Amino acid sequence: MGLVEAQDLYKRFGSLTAVDGISFKVERGEVVGFLGPNGAGKSTAMKIISGFLAPTSGQAWIDGHNSHTDAIAARRKLGYLPEGAPAYADMSVGAYLGFVAGMHGMSKSQTRKRLAELVERVHLIDVWNQRIDSLSKGFKRRVGIAQALVHDPDVLILDEPTDGLDPNQKFEMRSLIRGIAPKKAIVISTHILEEVEAVCSRAIIIAKGQMLADATPAELLARSPDAGSIAVTLAVTDPQRAIEIISGEPGVARVAVAERLNGTTRLLVHTSKNQASASGLLGALGRHNIAADEFYLQRPTLDDVFRQITASRREH
Amino acid sequence: MGATLLVFRREFASYFATPVAAVFLVVFLALSAGLTFLMSGFFERGTADLTGFFFWHPWLFLVLMPAIAMRLWAEERRNGTIELLMTLPVQLWQIVVGKWLAAWAFAGLALLLTTPLWITVNVLGSPDNGVIVASYIGSWLMAGAFLALSAAISGLTKSQVLAFIAATAVSFLFVMAGFDLVISTVRSWAPTVVIDAVRSMSFLGHFQHITDGVLELPSIIFFVSLIVFSLWLNIRVIEVKKAA
Repeated sequence: MGLVEAQDLYKRFGSLTAVDGISFKVERGEVVGFLGPNGAGKSTAMKIISGFLAPTSGQAWIDGHNSHTDAIAARRKLGYLPEGAPAYADMSVGAYLGFVAGMHGMSKSQTRKRLAELVERVHLIDVWNQRIDSLSKGFKRRVGIAQALVHDPDVLILDEPTDGLDPNQKFEMRSLIRGIAPKKAIVISTHILEEVEAVCSRAIIIAKGQMLADATPAELLARSPDAGSIAVTLAVTDPQRAIEIISGEPGVARVAVAERLNGTTRLLVHTSKNQASASGLLGALGRHNIAADEFYLQRPTLDDVFRQITASRREH
Repeated sequence: MGATLLVFRREFASYFATPVAAVFLVVFLALSAGLTFLMSGFFERGTADLTGFFFWHPWLFLVLMPAIAMRLWAEERRNGTIELLMTLPVQLWQIVVGKWLAAWAFAGLALLLTTPLWITVNVLGSPDNGVIVASYIGSWLMAGAFLALSAAISGLTKSQVLAFIAATAVSFLFVMAGFDLVISTVRSWAPTVVIDAVRSMSFLGHFQHITDGVLELPSIIFFVSLIVFSLWLNIRVIEVKKAA
């Protein structure tokens, strides 16, 4: 059994089905990204797994403990950052983390030792005695992460851990998550696709409460219509000859004109399963004295894949 | 340290995190002193007792206790901190009791600050201090019942204003349960048992028994039972909202 497991989770609010049959498993060392547009049911799913909401049907386990019928045991293993990183605004950072540690049953000396570690790791030393409501968004988010890490749990569920952070803070937060990942099972939700590539070993795409994909970021990228295609920019306005030459190369499936700009033309060469070699194409163009201004492997983006997956679903 | 105690300490401290606590205490003291001296004619009565002081407590608490308790759960819902609290490895009853205890201790502090009045009557004459002690205990228990009811209602909403209004309305019914206003609405259709049951719910009646120095025990049992019942109700409210 994985450290986190969800089986056929459903959650209905009246006539709205917020979570519509979600099942997955997370092992130690994995960082799973919940990916989906706003309102897709990511947060609701996380609330159910953490035990805050009861599912309409289905079950969730944290380290083998059912998060509803065996809630206390499950919560001991869980660090949870709810949506928006809420915290008691009228407390100081130190007092707040001390409170959370106490609620986890940690002794005074354990707490002192652990908080000293955390303060280093999450960089909270400068604001230790400040009230939480006086902190910037970045610090608040860090306090939320520290709160989830206080008892060094095996499982972390983090709902949008980098939301509202500036690029430096995002980078820092991602390094922090990567740093602790090997020893834990981590689920993060996000609607920022680059984040999935940056920290996740697996991504689960959710839209309208349903799971549309569960794959590694690389596998998802391979689903892109542009995966493995090559972009060639030529300093000509009539690319007909070049298109003929390229089409004749082995492994080329299709050549399309992507863009014409200031006397140049950008071609997009779709290949069948990455079989056309870039050097082969360059060589062929060179033999016919066609100079390429630019020549690069088109990098597929998760944005494209995401749109493709969620859009194809809509047609069903 | 027990989770109940931790929750209690956090909640109690948060009353003093803003000037609201000070404002509340001043309002309570000003109102109870003002009513005692101006409305009850403390000096004109010529007797050294605190009857005129305790007389107002059900009416004061009717508004002031919902004001203390309204934030207990509504604020957690509004700020989302309820999600943190409910995913910590502690039993729900520990949180419910800890929160209520904090509010009750705060009410106790407010009562404690009225003791100069007690000292005053002892300087002016020789009151029945036994009755006064019983009245203080009764008043504190009644406050506890108002608070437990209000806390349970606070668990239903994320709006403190709504929690306050609803809790005041319910408290009003309990205070008025012995009055014709409430009884007459029941009398037309309910059997005598129900009418008697409603009448026996009257905060005013039970509190009077205590301040009169008669029939204290059943009334004390009434308030304690109502506190226990309301705390149970509070737990149920939170559980039911979680499954909704």
